Amino acid sequence: MTTVLLNRRGLLAAGGSVLATGILATGIPGLLLPARADGLAPTESMSGGANNYRKGAAIVERIGKGGFWMSGTVRRAGDGAPLAGQRIQIWAHTVEGQEHEPQSHGATLTDKDGKFRLEMPQIIPIFGQPHGHLAYDSGEFKTVFLRPVMRSAKETSLEAHFVLQPA
Amino acid sequence: MTGWRSARVILIWVALALALGVPVALAATSEQLAWRGPVYILAGFAGILALALVLVQPLLIGGYLAPLSAYRGRRAHHWIGGALVLAVVVHVAGLWITSPPDMIDALTYTSPTPFSPFGVTAMWAIFIVALLASLRRRLQLRPRTWRFIHMPLAIVIVLGSVVHCLLIEGTMETVSKAVLCAAVLAATIKVMIDLQVWRKRRTLRGESVVRQ
Repeated sequence: MTTVLLNRRGLLAAGGSVLATGILATGIPGLLLPARADGLAPTESMSGGANNYRKGAAIVERIGKGGFWMSGTVRRAGDGAPLAGQRIQIWAHTVEGQEHEPQSHGATLTDKDGKFRLEMPQIIPIFGQPHGHLAYDSGEFKTVFLRPVMRSAKETSLEAHFVLQPA
Repeated sequence: MTGWRSARVILIWVALALALGVPVALAATSEQLAWRGPVYILAGFAGILALALVLVQPLLIGGYLAPLSAYRGRRAHHWIGGALVLAVVVHVAGLWITSPPDMIDALTYTSPTPFSPFGVTAMWAIFIVALLASLRRRLQLRPRTWRFIHMPLAIVIVLGSVVHCLLIEGTMETVSKAVLCAAVLAATIKVMIDLQVWRKRRTLRGESVVRQ
């Protein structure tokens, strides 16, 4: 039983690290990903990523009272160039509301280095996993929905990284 | 000897009450409950109750819960099977109301959560067993045929439920959850060994007792 358990978790973790490696390896794509001679691969939407999405969440300074940090990067597929001014929508089940409720949603823009960071209420486990949702859905690039999972419900931050391809 | 036997009976019931009661009581004190709506809370506890019933089932059919006779144990097994179906329905319906897209993902085996397919598979196995059990007379299933159908499904139910439960990060306290899951596995393994379910026999022990 334990093996099954670890395998499935491991698989999930491996998925995450493959994603992370994909981003970290942009400097030396030819070495780590020989099949990707054309550069950084675009991020695929994660399964369940779009669940409880609400279109057009407003750009906010902070979601609710804050206390938890969601951060990440947005880059262009191929050359990995940081994408500034991209709108990233964020939502989760937090101590201040359920996933589908409007107050649980907000959006932020990436800075000149393609980085974003938005304070939000503490994420808590919902449907058996503490996780957040992020969306890029502005039209210029292909829509991507992410659903990163926290290693532990006690963590107070979470990261997600986008590599976008033209729509 | 009788003293030891009655002490053993009391011990078994106390152990069962603890195995079922402690996880429920600890889940009831979970801080997660503060952030959940009533329907979600109900759905969660229906799931915990379902796991508790999965522990009771092999104990009843194995005749370990004295002073219940084998016949009464089997009757109770049938009724608790029905209660298990009800608990699972409340669990799924409550989660559906809480977050429809997440429940649809789970039911269609497209969920990102690794525990969902185990739970959904166990659910179907429970439904199939309950349906066949209710039609058992009409279909005139012989005990051997019934056992041949029920045993693999029972294994699917037990393993599916245990893995589903262990992988979930929710209101259940981890140690009491693991103990309950271990008890479910132990009870299932014990009853399968004691009744030698893999043997080609005409009757289970309970049936021969009834005939006497």
